[in-house]
Amino acid sequence: MVSLTINGRVVQAEEGEMLLAVIRRMGIDIPALCHHEAVEPFGACRLCTVEITKESWNGWKNYVTSCLYPVEQDLIVHTHSAKVIELRKTLIDLLLARCPGSPEIREMAAQYGVNETSYEPVVNGDNCILCGLCTRICSRLGFNAISTVGRGHTKEVAPPMKEAPPDCVGCLSCALNCPTHVIKFTDVNGKRTIWGKTFELLTCKECGATTITREFAEALSERRGIPMEYFEKCDACHRKELSLTMGAVVGWAREEQS
Amino acid sequence: MRIETISQLKDLRKTNLERMNKHPRTVLICCGPGCLANGAKKISDEFHKVIKDKKIKGFSVEALKETGCHGFCEQGPLVIIEPDGVFYTKVKVRDVEEIIETSIKKKEIVERLLYTNAADGKTYTDYKEIPFYKLQNRIALRNIGKIRQCDIDEYIAIGGYEAMAKALSKMKPQEVIDEVIASGLRGRGGGGFPTGRKWATCAKIDDEPRYVICNGDEGDPGAFMDRAIMEGDPHSVIEGMIIAAWAVGSHNGYIYVREEYPLAVVNLQKAIEQAQALGLLGENILGTGFDFDIHVSRGGGAFVCGESSALMLSVAGEVGEPRAKYIRSVQKGLFDKPTVLNNVESYANVPVIIAKGGKWFSSIGTAKSTGTKAFSLVGKVRNTGLIEVPMGTTLKQIIYDIGGGVIKDRPFKAVQTGGPSGGCLPEEKLDLSVDFDTLTQAGSMMGSGGMIVMDDRTCVVDVAKYFLQFLIDESCGKCVPCREGLYQLHALAVAVSEGRATEEDLDKMEKLSENIVIGSLCGLGKSGPNPFLSTIRYFRDEYLAHIRDKRCPAGVCRALITYKIDPEICNGCMACISACAHEAITGKKKEPHFINQDKCDKCGACYAVCQHNAIEVV
Repeated sequence: MVSLTINGRVVQAEEGEMLLAVIRRMGIDIPALCHHEAVEPFGACRLCTVEITKESWNGWKNYVTSCLYPVEQDLIVHTHSAKVIELRKTLIDLLLARCPGSPEIREMAAQYGVNETSYEPVVNGDNCILCGLCTRICSRLGFNAISTVGRGHTKEVAPPMKEAPPDCVGCLSCALNCPTHVIKFTDVNGKRTIWGKTFELLTCKECGATTITREFAEALSERRGIPMEYFEKCDACHRKELSLTMGAVVGWAREEQS
Repeated sequence: MRIETISQLKDLRKTNLERMNKHPRTVLICCGPGCLANGAKKISDEFHKVIKDKKIKGFSVEALKETGCHGFCEQGPLVIIEPDGVFYTKVKVRDVEEIIETSIKKKEIVERLLYTNAADGKTYTDYKEIPFYKLQNRIALRNIGKIRQCDIDEYIAIGGYEAMAKALSKMKPQEVIDEVIASGLRGRGGGGFPTGRKWATCAKIDDEPRYVICNGDEGDPGAFMDRAIMEGDPHSVIEGMIIAAWAVGSHNGYIYVREEYPLAVVNLQKAIEQAQALGLLGENILGTGFDFDIHVSRGGGAFVCGESSALMLSVAGEVGEPRAKYIRSVQKGLFDKPTVLNNVESYANVPVIIAKGGKWFSSIGTAKSTGTKAFSLVGKVRNTGLIEVPMGTTLKQIIYDIGGGVIKDRPFKAVQTGGPSGGCLPEEKLDLSVDFDTLTQAGSMMGSGGMIVMDDRTCVVDVAKYFLQFLIDESCGKCVPCREGLYQLHALAVAVSEGRATEEDLDKMEKLSENIVIGSLCGLGKSGPNPFLSTIRYFRDEYLAHIRDKRCPAGVCRALITYKIDPEICNGCMACISACAHEAITGKKKEPHFINQDKCDKCGACYAVCQHNAIEVV
């Protein structure tokens, strides 16, 4: 265990833990757009930047992203110093210039008193903030169907050659975790379309509801050893079956028969 | 043949030296990038052809040497006749015959090809006497331009790989580290971190395997020091890396070199194969039981891959994006293993430090920046080229004594050091000593060693705009302050250059810069606003002229300037009319011409061709 001071309060933390986790555990609200428990910290949005110092640093301060900075004994952290707030405000202002159409960014900006960007709106800007959550989650799942393309200001998230990605299984992990909901998909008539690729959705043999894509089921079956038959039913029907089984065990089934 | 022992290396040196000294005279043909672009290869071919045909007694094609960059690029292609150092400049294919007849068959000199110093009109025969060379002290560049490029036999002949032999046989790893610490060598890639301390930290970490990497991703516009070393003297880098590997206990090394340096890639590869064939790389080097091998890793041309963490990811085959370095790469670097990464020039210094001792090295330069530093001197300076000077040399000495001053003796305005992330220093800073700490204090930085001289016809706003554009293109795009912040900073600089900005915009730019500096993830972003910050620091008046008076004092920013013809001076030669691509200039022969401002694109072509100074920029 190490002990450190955050906003004047002394707290204990596990060795190797990142600052952001400790800060959030204390109930302090600091924004972070590129952070997700499921993937390695990335440090791209910089919103979780905090001010750190130590008694022994003789007044020297540093600004670090709390998602990536491991806790240290005797560290003194300020999550809302004037400079940190100024930085966060600038970052949000810059993001707003890039994606003025994003309600999520607008809301966050409003919290920091920014209603309109003070910069020139980016030409052809979309709502993607390039946090990289989609690509990192895709890679974490082992599919690597999408990645960032290019660099600098024209960087974008795209499948290889910007064509329908051969490795995509239509699991929607990218779209559902996108903080600004930029990644579009449709589920229509038993078909799912995402990244320009169309998938067949499996249907539950009990109730007829659509479940996941065949490709995703096959991938799970192959990698996790789940039998394909499992995917013949939807989650709700699996639960129903489970409850029936449980009922049978405690003897309710007999009553039902009689 | 494999060299098994150190005495065999000594024997080989003797044989090679005898072979090298067999010819009483040798001809060195500079085949550095500058000379090659001016036709050095054709000159070399012509020399080979003529020498073969002529059959001169005591001279054969073996005495012709294609060398790496000799340094004085402005005067290239260069041909040097040794041992007298007769220095022929701007040689053409048609001069080859005459050089052979005069300087090889006889011992005479082709006067018209000698170098004349523009400053004092003096003509020099021996290059060592020319001010450009005389004031230099070459350590990292010691062999370049003197031996055949990428030739292990010549490298060994002049004492190459002896420092390695000394380290491997007579010194413990800790002794090597101590020697490098004593030398005071600091990272030549620009960061200036003490090399010895880096090695010591890595050696202490209890994890295996360890890696040694050489950073040859030189991406600063106008910089070519590392290129010259990798092309001209790759063995000095390899030797430096082997010594580093011995010091930190590594068995695998990588040289990361950008694909845009095709000759460097080829020469490094060739040099590694030569060293492997002799057993200087591979298993059981010189019978000492030490194993080390080097692989060449080619970069795809991203500037940001020169940043250490991005470089290591790129070597590992991943997207070259920097990561936060709260855990240092000496601890978790390539493949998450302890890694020592140094610049090409740092490694090139190492063999000399081991051979002559750290104390000797630290006696050169200043107390905190020891040794020498290579610079590529470019821009509006008379003697462009590759130089190496002791640390502590002043900017004035470099630009005026070595560089020969500003072209056409125009007023000096600024010198840009440290590449895109560096800064511009004005005339009053010319007496500053060139070392890591002084330059950083003045708001610029050492960087990898690019030095761009600017005259009064350079607009600082335009310069800031140029470098910011470069950084926008080269930012990896991972973190917001760098990707979006530099983009907006550039947009504001454009507004200044077009006269659209207000004084509040300047404050906004300074505020934004400050936040980019504290908020960015890697060094590229953290130093990204420097082109703006250093120019506003020293040239605020020029920014204000753009804003308040809607005027570009240097006459560069197109939106704010007008080209005018002075009818009193114009003699109607029509040169500007034919130069204008927009048909904006009218007038008859021998009558004053006139520029139609509606059609004028402000490209400046007319200004450039007018021999009578009749065109002015207002």
